Parts: sequence; structure tokens; C-alpha cells
Amino acid sequence: MADMAENNRALIRLQEKFAPSILDIKEFRGEVTITVKKEDNVAVCKFLKEELRYNLLTDVTAVDYLGTDPRFMVVYNLYSIPNKDRIRIKAPVAESDCSIESVCSLWSTANWLERETYDLMGIVFNNHPDLRRILMTDDWVGHPLRKDYPLQGPDREPYKGRLS
Amino acid sequence: MGVEQPLGDNIVTASLDGLVNWARKSSIWPMTFGLACCAIEMMATGAAKHDLDRFGIIFRASPRQADCIIIAGTVTKKMLPVIKTVYEQMPEPKWVIAMGACACSGGVFDTYSVVQGIDVALPVDVYIPGCPPRPEALLFGLMKLQDKIGKERNSFGSAIGLGDRLEPAA
Repeated sequence: MADMAENNRALIRLQEKFAPSILDIKEFRGEVTITVKKEDNVAVCKFLKEELRYNLLTDVTAVDYLGTDPRFMVVYNLYSIPNKDRIRIKAPVAESDCSIESVCSLWSTANWLERETYDLMGIVFNNHPDLRRILMTDDWVGHPLRKDYPLQGPDREPYKGRLS
Repeated sequence: MGVEQPLGDNIVTASLDGLVNWARKSSIWPMTFGLACCAIEMMATGAAKHDLDRFGIIFRASPRQADCIIIAGTVTKKMLPVIKTVYEQMPEPKWVIAMGACACSGGVFDTYSVVQGIDVALPVDVYIPGCPPRPEALLFGLMKLQDKIGKERNSFGSAIGLGDRLEPAA
């Protein structure tokens, strides 16, 4: 249960410092997920990295909750190598203003992870040093992991099931 | 009467087509080019147990030395220009084998990022079904290609500028 205590300690520190920016806190089977306002993502991540020793960014990704507002949720999965502990930070991003500040200044690995999220989800990371597509071809139109992107591509008739 | 033994025992006569086709089908040199799990089966086919060398099939690491390309795996839209470039770098005459369900039709990958069959871009000579095809299936496909090469007419003549190359109907 040492992990839980560490989590809670991190959570208490975070709540002391960023109470107005925290939108939601969830704990499920020992996994702590904190939703913060997107304007404060860099400040929260910087605090977690430098004060609470969550020094490894394992993944940056996004979820498309089509039909709800805000539509997207950017997810940062952090790991603390010294404390052997994980924490997840989420930030809602609206479709109308589909951008969020880059965390490349904190973790260099965010460069490619944010490029992937931009490529597949269409979320723009402000102040990213090199925001290009990384998986799809450079001339690709659209962002394929969005829920409203047709599975078989925009130029094909969608599959309608077996005819027989 | 007639001519008896005009050339001796150590000379064989043949048509030019027969000779050229025999040479070509007995020395198919495929491009070393794997795209997915089919490439593992292709390597197994080339290795000791199935031994492609006994057909004169020797994988070449350069398209300029190859006359056959086995499309062994899923062709993504991002990979397609690369495959086209490799194919264009191969000298004539050249043949294409679509190995496996993905190369034939896109297979299970009926998605935005996958080419639905390599025949949209390259002229395929032999289609080998399977996911992935066993080495025996690849061997059978290669022997089908040998049969096809054996039926070509005037491919050598057309290469030196005499008439057109006549391909067999099927």
C-alpha cells in the first residue's frame, strides 16, 4: 500500500497548489487520474516532474468523445522512476479551439508523441518545435482516429455488411 | 534416306523462345523485399528445408539484379510509392507475385491506410492466397510463374527490338 500513500501525497500536494485548475479526480484500482484545465497542463506537469519526481512521460494520447462538449481529452501518462509510481493527467480540449500547449519543454519525448496525437486526432500543440505528421503521409487529408473519420477512407463506399 | 546425325550427339537444337524461356524460368531472382508476416514464410521457403536454390531462385538484395518481386505482406498507402520505385528500378523482363491475402486484396485490413490489392499499382502475374500462405503454396506459385514464363513468345526478340512480346492468355 506504499504506492497508494505516495499517490495520495502527490494528490495532496497538487490540490494545495492547483485547486482551481483541477476539474476531477478519479481513483480506480490504484490508478489515479486527474483532470485539469487545459490552460494549466504545462504548469501541472512541470510541478509533477520537478517537485513530485514524475520524471518519465510514458505516453501522450487523446480520446475522441464525439457528441459531447468538450469533444477531446488529451491524456498524459506519467511515471516516477524513483518512486515506481504512475499518475494520469487529462485535459479537455474543445473542437472549436482544438489546441493545447506542448509539453516538449519538459520532456523531449513529447515531441514525437504529440506529433502522433496531432496526426491521428488533429489536436494542435502550441509551441511545438516541429508539428508535422508522423505516421500518415505528408499530403494526407483528415485525422483518421477521429470517430467521424470513415473507416475505409473518404474516397471509398463504406462496407455495408455481407450481401448474402 | 534424309539426313542422319548431321550435328553429332552433343548438340541439341531448340527454338530461341524455348532456350530463352528455359534460362529465364530456371533462374528467377526475386527481390529481397518483405512487408509483413508473409515475409517470414518467404524466408522459410528460401531456407534449408524448402530450399528455393534448387529452382535457381536466389534472392537478390538489389532491384537492379532482380527480375521478380514477391509482394509479401500488407501494402500500406505510405509504402506504395516505395514499392513502385523498387519495381521501376528492376530491369525488364520482370514479374510480380502477390503473396498472401493482403497483397491480393487488402485482406482483413479493409481500412483507410491499406492498399486494397497490389494489382492497383503493379501488373501481377501470380496470386497466392493464404494468410500467410505456407511455403508449399509459395513454391507452387513460383512453379506457376515458371510455367507462365515457359509459355511466353518472342520475349527475347521484343527485347532487341523485333516485334512484340506475346504473353500467354492464362
